[in-house]
Amino acid sequence: MDLTRLLSIALGAILIENFVLVKFLGICPFLGVSKKMDTALGMSMAVVFVMGAASAATWCVNTWLLTPLSLGYMRTVAFILVIAALVQLVEMFLQKAAPALYSALGIYLPLITTNCAVLGVAILNVDNSYSFLESVVYGVTAALGFALAILLFASIRERLTFADYPAPFEGFPIALITAGLLAMAFMGFSGLKVFP
Amino acid sequence: MNQTLRQFKNGLLDQNPTLVLLLGMCPTMAISTSLANGLGMGMCATLVLICSNSAISLMRKLIPEKIRIAAYVVIIAGFVTLVDMLLGAFLPALSQSLGLFIPLIVVNCIILARAEAYASKNGVVRSALDGLTMGLGFTAALSVVSVIREILGSGTLLGQRVLPDSFPGVLLLVLPTGGFLTLGFVIAAAQKLMAGRKGGKS
Repeated sequence: MDLTRLLSIALGAILIENFVLVKFLGICPFLGVSKKMDTALGMSMAVVFVMGAASAATWCVNTWLLTPLSLGYMRTVAFILVIAALVQLVEMFLQKAAPALYSALGIYLPLITTNCAVLGVAILNVDNSYSFLESVVYGVTAALGFALAILLFASIRERLTFADYPAPFEGFPIALITAGLLAMAFMGFSGLKVFP
Repeated sequence: MNQTLRQFKNGLLDQNPTLVLLLGMCPTMAISTSLANGLGMGMCATLVLICSNSAISLMRKLIPEKIRIAAYVVIIAGFVTLVDMLLGAFLPALSQSLGLFIPLIVVNCIILARAEAYASKNGVVRSALDGLTMGLGFTAALSVVSVIREILGSGTLLGQRVLPDSFPGVLLLVLPTGGFLTLGFVIAAAQKLMAGRKGGKS
């Protein structure tokens, strides 16, 4: 097991190929729940949890079920079912085992089923033919990249309330332009190679 | 007839899924770097919308209330797989450039939103028409964004050179950040137009 490879996957997922700002995955929750810092934090924690678990589960389904039975074409259907079931399980488990965490994350969990970052990471794991450990590392760090982007964005957006901008930009447009500037900042990481 | 006309107006203007309802943002920004990609994506999503809306409308009395979302997602995923395979077989170049975003049509909120809001309550013909009009609205919005990005970003339209060769192309617009900026300005323009129309009526 090559530690530098894992580290370079992690760094790539968090900074260089940030899921939200470079790959455009998970835009809906990024724009939807970033109005306040604490909701953004709750959403990011739920996403990290689900994306890590979904990477592990879909890797198992793909390697032990779809590939041996040559059912590769059922990938999309199988993965979305696994993710939906997983989110439901996580919800039920948290409700029983950690009620405090559940009440903090509760409302975000059902939303995650339709977060395209989760299905995206599952498909990318297969496309890049990652091993089990690499898949889980990629899933968790891509989610951390999502968390970084949404937390930065929420902290800017809280101040946006007091900003003075033209009326037609009210709401979504100004948020998109802010996100565009944030994406421009992340462009600075492109081409970054720490482990040659 | 009147209702049909109203549905078209709703899908394309009043309730445009992308510019007014603000659904399906991910593909709008990710693949709008060229008009060919935008039209391709719009076409695929429209096809899936028509099929899934009709199927869900047909089965709306059979699907139990509690598991309806899961059932909708499976139906949608089935049609997306179909489109994915058709595209791979007949338009391999387009399938290559849209890549990951074809399977991701499954989680495009427009499709699930129309299933839940329209197809689960209306008849087959109306639902299919709703799929068509909403799909066209999505395609229209995608085309606007991708025309701006392709002309200004690389000076071409559908691969043909339209601006003089001396125009260097604004690289920024082709890069991811251009997706956010262009869509931001297009939605601002749409809001401005809507506000003007409302103001004119009252």
